Amino acid sequence: MAEVLRPEMLDISNDTSSLASPELLHVLAVDDSIVDRKFIERLLRVSSCKVTVVDSATRALQYLGLDGDNSSVGFQDLKINLIMTDYSMPGMTGYELLKKIKESSAFREIPVVIMSSENILPRIDRCLEEGAEDFLLKPVKLADVKRLRDSLMKAEERVFKNIMHKRELEANDIYSQLKRAKI
Amino acid sequence: MDALVAQLQMQYRNYTVSLYQQGFLDDQFTELKKLQDDASPDFVAEVLSLFFEDCVKLIGNMARALDQTGTVDFSQVGASVHQLKGSSSSVGAKRVKGLCVTFKEYCEANNYEGCVRCLQQVDIEYKALQTKLQDMFNLEKQIIQAGGKVPQVDIN
Repeated sequence: MAEVLRPEMLDISNDTSSLASPELLHVLAVDDSIVDRKFIERLLRVSSCKVTVVDSATRALQYLGLDGDNSSVGFQDLKINLIMTDYSMPGMTGYELLKKIKESSAFREIPVVIMSSENILPRIDRCLEEGAEDFLLKPVKLADVKRLRDSLMKAEERVFKNIMHKRELEANDIYSQLKRAKI
Repeated sequence: MDALVAQLQMQYRNYTVSLYQQGFLDDQFTELKKLQDDASPDFVAEVLSLFFEDCVKLIGNMARALDQTGTVDFSQVGASVHQLKGSSSSVGAKRVKGLCVTFKEYCEANNYEGCVRCLQQVDIEYKALQTKLQDMFNLEKQIIQAGGKVPQVDIN
């Protein structure tokens, strides 16, 4: 009877992983330049990412359901693993977009990377202080994206492993209790 | 046929290297080529096409902003120059990018003559690049039509 509850036999479901699908990061890229949009989209596709590209911060907020017009209820299935945004954009800047994302309970955990053609230290500091994951100097290189992807995959793996470890401990605990109770 | 292919490939190599040596292209163009493969064989041509359309649009904006009788809004000119600098940087258009740096300085200094000169130069320069790249793409086509493969050109 106790055999049935051995830890390894517990069902481990996939919903603990927030990856869009195994091994595939879903990236939302935001840039007002059509050339840069084409470039970043290809860069990400070549790096095995699923990509959604928009041309403004406003559209990014619409996509995420943070623009106030829609409730975020319908967006529970939206799995974004990374947001990459240009800094200088007309209307809302990438910095302002970063702030809005970090203010939202639904999306604040999503890493946001800022891209800029200008190497301005106070700008970089401000973004990092506001919670940006990284700051990339344009033009972005394939190596930059690979590095980002690897570190995000490692972070996901760590989270997943922690959850698994926790479940294992809980299962072991139940198993010992039952054994003691001689069921 | 092999001799023709070999000859075309050598022509292509020399031509490509010369574009880098003469400063038309830089490392970023090499990065673009890395993103092209058999599944997306026209990627570089597509991006460059978008870039040249962007040039037409932005240079048009700059010309209009500089054409104001009375006071010129140099920040408006500068905004378009900044955008052109960005996209030229993204595709490896080295000379265009370099001109944009100078152009931007003239905008910040509210230097009208300097801006007009840069505008003319930028117009000439993007068109020159367009012609050079068209020749390069044509060589690629010829190699493929002759039954060969476009060689990877190692710049360094």
